[in-house]
Formats: sequence, structure tokens, C-alpha cells
Amino acid sequence: MSEYILQFEGVTKDFPGVRALSNVSFKVRQGEIHGICGENGAGKSTLVKILSGVYPHGSYEGRVLFKDTELAFSGSSIRQAIRQGIAIVYQEFALVPQLTVGENIYLGREPVNTAGLVNWHKLYSETRELLSKYHLVIPFEQKVINLGVGQQQMVEIAKALAESASLLILDEPTSALAEKEVESLFEILHKLKAGGVTCIYISHKLEEFFRIADSLTVIRDGAVIKSLPVKATSTEEVIKMMVGREMKERFPRTRHQVGEVVLQARGISTSTDAAKTKRALQGVSFELHAGEILGIAGLMGSGRTELLTAIFGAPVAHLNGSVVVEGKEMPLGSIPEAMARGISYVPEDRKRQGLVIKETISNNMSLPNLKQFSSVLAINKLKEIRECQRLFDYLRIKSNSLMSSVESLSGGNQQKVVIAKWLMSKPRILFLDEPTRGIDVGAKYEIYKLISELAAEGVAVVMVSSELPELLGICDRILVMHEGKLMGALPVEQATQEKLMTLAAGMTLKEGESA
Amino acid sequence: MTLHIVDRMRMQLKTYTMILALLVIWVLFGFLTHWVFFSPTNLSNLFRQMTIISFLAIGMVLVIVTGNIDLSVGSVAGFIGVVAAGLQAQILSDLLPRLFPSVSADSMAILVTVLTIVICLIVGALIGMYQGALVAYLGIPAFIVTLGGMLLFRGAILGYTQGKTIVPIEEPFKAIAQGYLPRSVGLILAAVVIVAIFVFYLSNRNQRKTYGFPLAPLGVDLLKAGGFSAAIVVYVLIMNDYQGLQNPVLLMALVAIVFNYITKNTRFGRYAYAIGGNREATMLSGINIQRNVFKVFILMGMLCAVSGIVLTARIAAGSVSGGENYELSAIAACVIGGTSLMGGEGTIFGAIIGSLIMASLENGMSVMNMGIEWQYMIRGLVLIFAVYMDVASKRSR
Repeated sequence: MSEYILQFEGVTKDFPGVRALSNVSFKVRQGEIHGICGENGAGKSTLVKILSGVYPHGSYEGRVLFKDTELAFSGSSIRQAIRQGIAIVYQEFALVPQLTVGENIYLGREPVNTAGLVNWHKLYSETRELLSKYHLVIPFEQKVINLGVGQQQMVEIAKALAESASLLILDEPTSALAEKEVESLFEILHKLKAGGVTCIYISHKLEEFFRIADSLTVIRDGAVIKSLPVKATSTEEVIKMMVGREMKERFPRTRHQVGEVVLQARGISTSTDAAKTKRALQGVSFELHAGEILGIAGLMGSGRTELLTAIFGAPVAHLNGSVVVEGKEMPLGSIPEAMARGISYVPEDRKRQGLVIKETISNNMSLPNLKQFSSVLAINKLKEIRECQRLFDYLRIKSNSLMSSVESLSGGNQQKVVIAKWLMSKPRILFLDEPTRGIDVGAKYEIYKLISELAAEGVAVVMVSSELPELLGICDRILVMHEGKLMGALPVEQATQEKLMTLAAGMTLKEGESA
Repeated sequence: MTLHIVDRMRMQLKTYTMILALLVIWVLFGFLTHWVFFSPTNLSNLFRQMTIISFLAIGMVLVIVTGNIDLSVGSVAGFIGVVAAGLQAQILSDLLPRLFPSVSADSMAILVTVLTIVICLIVGALIGMYQGALVAYLGIPAFIVTLGGMLLFRGAILGYTQGKTIVPIEEPFKAIAQGYLPRSVGLILAAVVIVAIFVFYLSNRNQRKTYGFPLAPLGVDLLKAGGFSAAIVVYVLIMNDYQGLQNPVLLMALVAIVFNYITKNTRFGRYAYAIGGNREATMLSGINIQRNVFKVFILMGMLCAVSGIVLTARIAAGSVSGGENYELSAIAACVIGGTSLMGGEGTIFGAIIGSLIMASLENGMSVMNMGIEWQYMIRGLVLIFAVYMDVASKRSR
């Protein structure tokens, strides 16, 4: 066997009107962690679909060699790939929450006894063996619903490895993980590597490649720009290759003046709801100034989102505390009330919380703002369209018309629609919850620029993010949360990734380090 | 770019398939009934028949668009129909002459009719409030509330009528469903509507141009406006060949136009679609979901009242079995007309065409003298098939 486990040779894949991959060639060495990076729409998911057999042999040109034999999936079942030893962990988990870890791992191929009934002892003992073989620590008799996101991902990996995969493909594995969970994921990947599993790691978070990958293939517009060892390159160089143009800085900063206090939150507390899906807040207090960009760091589930939604007025159990906006006490628990005081909230999950996906761009943008355009009886559509068009142009949303459905847009453009929706009301206080999650580098840059511009105009911005470099890059001050409590607030000049992570893990900073 | 056009084409394709299905059904029944189906008498009847379902279907569009369902509409319409009959035969006809002894019999009939209509609309609104409150504010699934309502109001009908048919009905009241416009008025109305259609199409083009939206070729728009106009002319001529334009059809057109306007041009309409499309995103947009769902059920109740009024006027009696199984026809009409049971999608125009298809099926089967057992089974299967088409079209995306 050659030293390469996987080889793409001149693979071209066409869709009607679009060339998704053009003459793609690269090699993945046996036993390495091979990163594939590219912006959204660069062709990463097409690659994965060829490997999984979704696009069968013959639907693309060129050859794909796995262990020196050409892949020839018929496309009838994606199990063909698994049987050959290619396992894929997708961005979105495919677990049944009501079943246990063991049941999930063996779903559809449970060991049975002679009577045809499930042999539970065998199922769980095999699960235990599997987990210990790969050094995965998961309570395997627990229901998946009770696990954290990080552990759920381990279950996905275990499921993928259960059929003795020799090539593991991870598609955007960290998009839902907090820093600590990313750490343990990387630990697992190192162990797998030591155990001889080759791994293809697909992401658009550049830092991760430098922490985990051995070599890297950069793709752009369906073509391979370069394959190279990670040691031989730098973040700046990779970005340049990804976007095809030089980006002077990743985080544009415009000068902005921090003004007076516009929002004071005092002792915000909540209790968990019955489903325990929300973190209870424990007396969180902070101040927000006009023209300030305030970051909120913390692990997934530390209460960051809950803090913003509680102030914005989304329903929560047992809300206590007070919020003063521009000198006046704001009654809590009513979204229209918060909106009337100039607060906008761009939610975390744009598809679930931000967009009516079947509706047009303009209908989505104007949804919270219809009062602006309405008389007693009817909506003034002329006014509405003008305002939508203004933001459409301002945010440079890429679509041919305001009348297109948001379903047809890319992630970055969908996010821009959600932001437009919340800028239309001309907010004085803007809450952004993970505004750059799952969007490509170019769109991220534009959003950073927008945030800076808004701050320069005097808008007070609060930004929750799981990406520390992003917070350090554009914020003036960063709050850190842990298990519903505020651990500290650092001016950006004093903040470092290490300090933020220490606080986010629930530890205090050492002597001499202010928090 | 391409997606946008494909989207538009898909929408239009849906409309055209619907109209094509209608034509196929008509030709089929025409053939099976030796063209009795197409006699002016029968067509006049058919359109009068469809109106009763269409009022329910119009309200049902809003209910389904918000992600709910109303199974009680048949019973509620039947109940209000019985109330309308009772008011005329017993309560108002006893009470009013005593209050106003000097009023002539003709004026009294008109007064009774007007009061009956007002009271029925109020009763409809109250029933809507009751069911809307349970669904919106207490959070009981609409399916259950209205399944209960279906029995509740069917029971109320039995209790109120004691199993007897209630007569008599006032002449002016009967005219709501049985009356006709003078032929000349019908023609003038048709001319006015045709001018309005062309004005609407051209001003719509102008607006699109100002916003810089893609325009269909002028010829296509003119052809469409011409098609609508031709359909109206043909319709009025056929109806005039019998006895003239039917009052209930005019009422239906009016209600449809009003509700079309509500769905497209008011905040309430926009919110209804948003709620069905994505409840959480709508809530986070600061929209009071409960209040809007409540309003939808009130409108549904009032449309049940309209349907009940036309029903009683048509059969000239309050009947125990009035409105039975109308919920099925109304829901089927919506779904055939492109309303998605997942919520967030549906048009009033589609519901009207859907009602016409359902009424054509029922009318055609009756003209064929098909046994009632077959009629029931076929209507049931049509509903299932219509929903399957909806589900299948979602899957193929």
C-alpha cells in the first residue's frame, strides 16, 4: 500500500449552470490529520458528498482512490462508504435524543440473540469496549438528550468508528462547540491519530488547523489552491489563499468614542425552565455605554444567550432584577417594550429564530418594523420596499431581488438579512448573538466592519461570541460568564485568550491580573 | 437569479395545475352527465352551492396559515344557520311586532332580516372568541378544541331544534342566497370589474417598475387580464341566460376581495403568515402571537356566521343536518388551492378555486345520481389525495 490513503485525481463535478469542483487533485497521507479549508460555497461539502457516495461514481469526472482502489459507489446507499471504512461526522448531529448512547451507536444493527430480540448486554459491553478503545469517556447508558453538545459529538464520532473506519471525515466539527469542548475534541483526534486513524478535518476556522492538522488543502471556487504542510504556512497566507485577495487585517477597527451609559442591568436572575434547556442566571449586573462594543465570552451554556434574551423580553422563568435604559427603568419580559426603547436582538440561530425561511427577503426584513410603514388599515408598500432596498444595498446582500425567498441565500447573506431586519428600527442598543457563526471569511469581515461603523455612530453593541479572537479583535470590553454568573469584565487592552479562558472555566485570575 | 424565477414559475404552475384540474373535472362530469352538467340552470346552482363552502374555506386559509386547524366550522355554521332560522320564525317575529306595532309587514321583514344578520355575526364572533381563547391563551391544540367544538355545536343544534326543521324564513332573508341581480346590472358590473382588472394589472406593472423588480412581458400580463375578463364575460352571459348573477356569488366575491386584501396588505395578514412560517422568529420579532391567533379564530367564527346565513337562506329553513361535513370540504378546498398544512403558505384565490373544485365534485356526482355512499367515499379520498400532493411537492424540493 502506498503512503497515501486517499487521492483525488482531477475530479470535476458539474451541476446545471455551476461547476462545483474543477479538476481537484490532492492526496491525504496515511495516519495524518488533513485539513481542508475554504469559504462557504468553495466546494467542501461537494467533496464530502463524493466521499460519502451521495454523488455516485460516474456523476463526476476524474478518479478518487481510497487505499489505492478507485471508489465506485453506486449511489444506492450511503452505507457503501461506511462498509469500505470511510466514516463521516456531519455538522448537524444525527442522533436520536430519546435513546441511550449505546442504542444510538448501534442503531439499525443492534446485536440480537437467537430469538431475534436485542441482546442488551452485548450491545452495552460492545459499546464499552469501543469507547475505551478510542479513549472516549461518555456515560454510555445515558440518554443522548442528557449529554452536552461536546459529548454528543463524541457519540457521533464513536458511531462513525464503530464500524472500524480507517478514514474519519469531520465536517465543521467545532461549529457548535465551546472552547473547552474543542480542546477535548482535539485530544480525541490526537489519540485517534496515534491509533492509526486518518482524519480529514473540514472547517473554516483557521486557528484550528494550526492547532490540530498536519497538512492543509485550501480550496476556493471549486479548485485546489494549494496543498501544503501546516508548519510551512501562516494564518495570513491561508486567508489570502482562501479569499483570493489580500486582507489587510481580519478585524477592521474604526475609531469610536465610548459615551455615556445607555443601559444598566442590575442583578438579572432567572431560574431554569422545566426542560432545563436554559441556564439560570444568578444576579448578573453590567453597564453598557453608547458607542461601545461590549463582548460576552463564555462556554456554550454559560448563560450568555439567556442574559441577552432575558433583557430583550423573551419568555423566561422567574425573571428578577432591573434594567435601566437611558435613565428610565424598563419593565421586563416584553419584547415590544424593549424594541420601543431602541433595543434590537439578532438571535443566535438564524434559521430557527431569525428568519421565516419561505418568505421573501423584504418580508423578513420588515417583519418587526411593519408599524413604521403602516397606517390604520394597510401597509404602505412603497415605503416598506424603499427602506428594505436601502438596507439591501447598504449591507450588500447578494441576491437579484428583494422578492427572492431567503431560502435561496447563502448563510452569510441570510445572516445579513437578519441583521438588516434589526437595523431597520434604527436601534440605539444592538444585541448580537454569535453574529458570525457558520459564515465565510469575507462575510465575517463585512459584519465586523458594520459593527464598528455602528459603534462609531453611537450605537451600543453587545456581542456574544464563542470565537475569542473575534472578541479580542473588535470589542472594547469583554465580559466573561460561567454557569450563569458574571466572572469578570476586561478592557480589551488587558484581555488575552488565556485570561478569558481561565475566567470562562470558572477560575479566578492570579494576583496582579485585574478582572 | 435562476432560483427566483423557478420559485415564481412553481407558484404559477400550482395555479395553472389547479385550474387545469378544474377543467378536467368539468369535462369529465359534462361527459358523464350527457352535458346536463353544463346547462345554465346547473351551473347557476353549482356556483350558488359553492359559496357556502367558500366562506368557510376563506377563513380556513388564515387558520391553517397560522399553523392551526378548525374542525368545528361545519357544526358552527349549521348552528348559526339554525339560530338565524329561530330568530326569524320565533324570537324576532314575536318580539318586534310588539315593540313596533305600526311598522308595515314588508318593512318588518327587512328589519327582522337585518337584525338576524347582525345577531348571527355577533354569535359567530363570540364562538370564535371562545375557541380562539382556548387555542391562543390556554394553549390547547386547535385540533382538540375544534374537534370538541364540532360535537359541542352539533349538540347545540339538536338541543335548539329538538330535531325539527325550523320555518318560515323571511323573503328578504331568502334573497341573500336565492336572489339574482337584474341582467342589465350584471352586465354593467362586469364592465366595471373588467376595467378595474386592467387598471390593477397596469398599475401593478408601474409599481414593479418603480421598485426595479423583474417584469413579465407586457403581452403576458395583458393576456392574463384578458383571460380573467373573458372568464367574467362568459360567466355573466351564462348566468344571464338563466336568471342573472346570483346574490351569494357577489357576496362571496366581495368577501374574497376583502380577505385577499387583509392577507396581502395588512400587518395582521403578514403576521399570520409569519406565525405559521416560523413561530419563534415571529415571537422574537416582538409580535404578539396569541393576540393574532385569537383574531384569526374570531374572523373564522364570523365567516361561519356568513356561511350559516347563506345556508339557511338557500334551503329556506333551519335544518338539523345543516353544515354536516362542511369542515372536510373547506379543508380540502384550502389544500387543493395550495394552502400548506405545515402553515405559512396559502392564498384566498386558491381557496376559492378549491371550493369550486369541491362543489363541482359534489354537484357532478349528484347530477349523475351517484349513491350517497360513493359520494362520501370519493370526497374523503379527494381530501387525502390533495394533502398527499402537498406533501409530495414538499418532498421533491
